[in-house]
Amino acid sequence: MRQLLCEVRRVREVAENVYVLSFLSSEISGSVRPGQFLNIKVSGGSDPLLRRPFSVYRTERETVEIIFNIVGKGTEILSRRRPGDLLDVLGPLGVPFNLDPGSFETGILVGGGLGVAPLPITMSQLRASGKQVITCLGARTAGQLVTEHLENVQVATDDGSRGYHGTVVGLLEQIIADRRPESPKIFGCGPTPMLRALAEFALGNGLLCEVSLEGPMACGFGICQGCPVELSDEKGGYALMCKDGPAFDVRTIRL
Amino acid sequence: MQGRTRVRRTDHSTLTMPVTSFTLKGHRFKNRVLVASGTYGYGDDCADMVDVSQLGGIVTKSLSLKPREGNPPPRIVETASGMLNSIGLANIGVERFITEKLPFLREVDTSVIANIAASTIEEYCRVLELLEAEEGIDGYEINVSCPNVREGGLSFGTSRPMTEEITRRLRPLTEKALIIKLTPNVTQISEFARAVEAEGADAVSVINTLIGMAVNIETRKPVLSTVTGGLSGPAIKPVALAKVYETFRAVKIPVIGIGGIMNAKDAIEFLIAGATAIQVGTANFVDPGAGIKIAKGIEQYCTDHNIADARTLVGSLDAETGVSVLDSWL
Repeated sequence: MRQLLCEVRRVREVAENVYVLSFLSSEISGSVRPGQFLNIKVSGGSDPLLRRPFSVYRTERETVEIIFNIVGKGTEILSRRRPGDLLDVLGPLGVPFNLDPGSFETGILVGGGLGVAPLPITMSQLRASGKQVITCLGARTAGQLVTEHLENVQVATDDGSRGYHGTVVGLLEQIIADRRPESPKIFGCGPTPMLRALAEFALGNGLLCEVSLEGPMACGFGICQGCPVELSDEKGGYALMCKDGPAFDVRTIRL
Repeated sequence: MQGRTRVRRTDHSTLTMPVTSFTLKGHRFKNRVLVASGTYGYGDDCADMVDVSQLGGIVTKSLSLKPREGNPPPRIVETASGMLNSIGLANIGVERFITEKLPFLREVDTSVIANIAASTIEEYCRVLELLEAEEGIDGYEINVSCPNVREGGLSFGTSRPMTEEITRRLRPLTEKALIIKLTPNVTQISEFARAVEAEGADAVSVINTLIGMAVNIETRKPVLSTVTGGLSGPAIKPVALAKVYETFRAVKIPVIGIGGIMNAKDAIEFLIAGATAIQVGTANFVDPGAGIKIAKGIEQYCTDHNIADARTLVGSLDAETGVSVLDSWL
């Protein structure tokens, strides 16, 4: 974990209201692992005050990419950053997905909306370790789907404008029933209701599943204690999303 | 600083470094910048990013007798130039602190203030006694003012008799610095400061967070799980400064200023208003090195203004002869 000033390369719109920002940092691109995140100060001064957390979307040589949609002031400012601007980046942060190659054969990537964020970097590593990959992506409409840098992609849309008409978890159920992938492990990211449905499906069918969570946090490395995740353990208690996650085995948490 | 006529120019090469240390209850703090309780963990989480030994001191996360899980999510939300939190004193408990965190803190060349929270007076005493038996703690800050825990916390801090009683019971238990952290959520904070001074407190920390709230207008639900939380950050700095000034004028013991300090300029304002030292809180979440930068900034300010000892800044506010005309609006 380092605090770095990084030069912005560019911001491109990859789908309706969806942006990919790339910046230069060989330190981050060389050390980040799939599922880890960065906590970024989008501008100087106190408005917005806190950093904003983003999964690493993709790396290529010394370039690092994040993906976001404009949901507030912070992301609005980020979308307007110009090439050459400096970005105050803290990272890489958090516990990555467990991609231990011994524990599964087929990686199934499941992303809902901007939950696509950690999937391209995860796919790169899965392919590098010789795994099969199936990708299931869901969005409200076809225009919001981001399928770049992903392989073997199946899509679902809420309005049926492309692919499976329904949720991405519905699509996943169908794919698992049809293809019966060998020794699968699911890696999911998306809104909490989707992750809840995904966890329920995985637990109900005895499938390995990790999810990457998103939520409000201040520091990103454990000192503010602001991002509790309820543990499923009978004794209860909380883990911290930023430090104990953002990737969690669905058996260990209550969504 | 625009730096006009009143600023004397000095040949810095002939100056020795300004003194920025201070002493409290016989213990020397290497500079006047500490990190506030609950904003730096137990110091170890930041140590791989910044050199924490350059801080004047580390005030630990509030320690309770038993570990506390804290409040359910959501615990934080950003508001205009600030944030609301409702952590609920989540901490590992005093025993695990002693075995797991104190060894690290002993090795760091900075002062360590253990912050204590409790729901009964007996519990405050017990935690302090357990810590008192250990090496490596330079003083105690008593949290009588957490706004997010119903039992204990604020209900102590808003009652002057209770605040007095806690101070009276803790005072005989230690020879080290006993600092009471006061809440601004009372009518007159200086009355509380006077009360703990009379009971033998060595200093007061002013202020803890202000009670605040945020509402989600789509769901018509509170944003925080506990409805209200504690407001911190630059939004509260003017309030904190006024409380420090009020307290400084009411007591003889040192006032430790806290509230929205983001940079050296903010910190120097607190010193001038009467703070002997300051604590950096929310700024640590944005930049874990903020406290170190602020300590260096204070030193630089002293050098630039030909101030040999930062002590002379403390309470140097000139409120008698009119307002400053040097401030730039633009």
